[in-house]
Amino acid sequence: MISKWARYFLAALIPALTPAVAGAEGYNLQAPQTIIAHEIYDLHTLIFLICCAIFVAVFGTMTYSIIKHRKSVGHKAEQFHENTLVEIIWTIVPFIILIGMAIPATKTILAMKDTSNPDLTIKATGYQWKWGYDYLHEGVSFYSSLATPRDLVEDKTPDGARKRAEHANYLLEVDHPVVVPIGKKIRMIVTANDVIHAWWVPAFGVKQDAIPGFVRDTWFRVDKPGTYRGQCAELCGKEHGFMPIVVEALEPEKFALWLAEQKKLTAANAMASGSLDGKGVYDKICVACHAAGVAGAPKFGDKAAWAPRLKQGQEVLYTHALHGFKAMPLKGGATDLPDEQIKAAVDYLSAAGK
Amino acid sequence: MEAATHAEAAHGHAHGHDDHAHHPSGLMRWVTTTNHKDIGTLYLLFSLTMFFIGGLLAFGIRAELFQPGLQYWEPEFFNQLTTMHGLIMVFGAIMPAFVGFANWQIPMMIGAPDMAFARMNNWSFWLLPPAAILLVSSFFVPGGAPAGGWTIYAPLSTQMGPGMDLGIFALHIMGASSIMGSINIVTTILNMRAPGMTLMKMPLFVWTWLITAYLLIAVMPVLAGAITMILTDRHFGTNFFNAAGGGDPVMFQHIFWFFGHPEVYIMILPAFGIVSQVIPAFARKPLFGYASMVYATSSIAILSFIVWAHHMFTTGMPAAGQLFFMFATMLIAVPTGVKVFNWIATMWKGSMTFETPMLFACGFLFVFSMGGFTGLVCAITPIDIQIQDTYYVVAHFHYVLVAGSLFAIFSGTYFWLPKWTGHMYSETLGKAHFWLSLVFFNVTFFPMHFLGLAGMPRRIPDYALQFADFNMIASIGALGFGLSQLLFVAAIIKCARGGEKAPAKPWEGADTLEWTLPSPAPYHSFETPPVIK
Repeated sequence: MISKWARYFLAALIPALTPAVAGAEGYNLQAPQTIIAHEIYDLHTLIFLICCAIFVAVFGTMTYSIIKHRKSVGHKAEQFHENTLVEIIWTIVPFIILIGMAIPATKTILAMKDTSNPDLTIKATGYQWKWGYDYLHEGVSFYSSLATPRDLVEDKTPDGARKRAEHANYLLEVDHPVVVPIGKKIRMIVTANDVIHAWWVPAFGVKQDAIPGFVRDTWFRVDKPGTYRGQCAELCGKEHGFMPIVVEALEPEKFALWLAEQKKLTAANAMASGSLDGKGVYDKICVACHAAGVAGAPKFGDKAAWAPRLKQGQEVLYTHALHGFKAMPLKGGATDLPDEQIKAAVDYLSAAGK
Repeated sequence: MEAATHAEAAHGHAHGHDDHAHHPSGLMRWVTTTNHKDIGTLYLLFSLTMFFIGGLLAFGIRAELFQPGLQYWEPEFFNQLTTMHGLIMVFGAIMPAFVGFANWQIPMMIGAPDMAFARMNNWSFWLLPPAAILLVSSFFVPGGAPAGGWTIYAPLSTQMGPGMDLGIFALHIMGASSIMGSINIVTTILNMRAPGMTLMKMPLFVWTWLITAYLLIAVMPVLAGAITMILTDRHFGTNFFNAAGGGDPVMFQHIFWFFGHPEVYIMILPAFGIVSQVIPAFARKPLFGYASMVYATSSIAILSFIVWAHHMFTTGMPAAGQLFFMFATMLIAVPTGVKVFNWIATMWKGSMTFETPMLFACGFLFVFSMGGFTGLVCAITPIDIQIQDTYYVVAHFHYVLVAGSLFAIFSGTYFWLPKWTGHMYSETLGKAHFWLSLVFFNVTFFPMHFLGLAGMPRRIPDYALQFADFNMIASIGALGFGLSQLLFVAAIIKCARGGEKAPAKPWEGADTLEWTLPSPAPYHSFETPPVIK
């Protein structure tokens, strides 16, 4: 009954207010691409309009009072200070309006939670500071990192501002986007490796915290091929602003081709990473912090910083590297590497610090 | 005026042998004072100082966000700025400001000579400066200040350097100070009211503080527990929040927000109290629906304990959890609505004038309510999933904390300055302060709604190009808002140093007990309690 009323209300108001509410890009929620995102969008519009109506009524009254009931126009104060009927009415009416909002919201919540019967399941893992994706049952895994060059971000010259302005998808581009087929129900299993992150694609109406040690799931079905961009939404340390999410939605045939190619690549990568030596691991992993001395990390080749650490003995350094120590994440974040390779990297670093 | 003279005479009689303001002079007066008015002043000055330190950090944030690219700070330092801005404003500026108001006003408004525990009062204040020094000095230790957000979510906060420990100790000390202050306020209100002042005759500011004090006593220990667990996780090998050791990172959020949501009301209920004193005084009409105001405040306080997980909808709780916390949260709109309606009904058919305190109270009503509406939008779980941790939320809580709490603090300051200093403040400065604050506040924070809806996450030092325009506007607004606050300091200094003599009751419609005392209020007041009929 009430949701029907709400629908009439919407039907009457949306055409009138659409230009103001939804017209301009950048003022409202992003154009929704999934059924859930659509429901959220409509829910927001409904509640926004109800709030506007209440705002106009309440503050219209207040403004009228401010203009008419002022001493400077000679208004004499009346001394009433209660009215039980009015007070009951303005307690009950808002309550009824709230019920009208809660009903459609409840329906959407239940729909969002229904992750059953997916066509494809992808695991997203948050790392400091990139995303890892595993296509479960397909054997395809890869990392997805920011593709915008750091030099461009840090360029402080006037020229830098211009270059950034001309750089399409600045900060919203990655080296390996996660690829999904259109028209299929995709279940995202979301977890993290170090601290809490959040996997968020606004156009899908999907945001799920990635919690280390726990798995959570959510789902979406996108119908239009295209590239959809989001960002990590939970503060996860210094590079929190630099771990975007890019989802590419392809037609199922193209997706199948992509998947086949990825399977080959993944197999090849596994071979390659099996042969990494200490330097190789350092160049790939450790360099992120140990090159510049981020978060108290001893710099590569900085003898003063390394001397007290080397005194502790190689075994202690191995333990710290393998299990994490202060800001140093376990295995430097590369938990998929075998212990031997991490130890080789420790040897490589400590040799340079002697 | 007559009542004031009478109180003065009774006072002189009781203490004929003694000077009214008998106390050590110079610095020692402030260090050793047990006088509620001195301690109130100390709290307010402390809060003002922290407000400007926190404001400076906000400048740092908005400067970096003025345009895309990393211009001034490393991302790590940017995170320190946002974290410390939040911690300092919440624990250093807003909360102590309200305790300052409580110290000055509660004894005078209930006809008590002082606070119940005068020495503990001194101790609760003097804990704050060392805590503030600990907190701010964390910028200068290796690794810098806490950078995990003011919510210090685990396990990120277990990664930080020693600055985090300083922050935890500072919070512990501030928490102890708050608990002592609250016990003092509860005891004073329950035991030291003048004869005839029943609970339902208390001014609403006293009521809101009574409820706030109970909230503080209930939740500050919870915060202390949460941060102690972080501390032991960091240094003593426990695994409360470390999943690898059998702990649960989400449990930290549950405990934190069980403190954090009542904390939100701790920061707004006294503001409701101030506005409930100011509006009737300038409408020259009694507060509409006094009893329903008391009930509404109490319901908000009770509901505040069962809504905490609405901060955590994206952690992935079961549908039943999302539904319960959504319904409970929406319910808060009812008593909050009642309060707003009551204030407007108080204005209705009054005889209003618009001196600075009233301007800020009207500004509060208007802008705080917008924060209330966006709060309702955030309460709807599916919408919250989209806007959680975006600039929409940043806009929402600045609408309630700046336009709500801070505007009420401004309103109360101008309202009671004549009583505190014995001088009228400059209306010109006050009005300029109001209008500039109102305009720049909205220039700063209104565009953030658009940013959040369009998908800009909070706590990021750099952003995608489509967010550039609104960020630039917000940064310009922040500069204007910050500079406008210098007018506030100017108005206070000018008023403290001199100016037109304030009468005992400068506001025609004010009717609470403090206005029966002369201005400035004598050092000791109501040693013989007034009788309320």
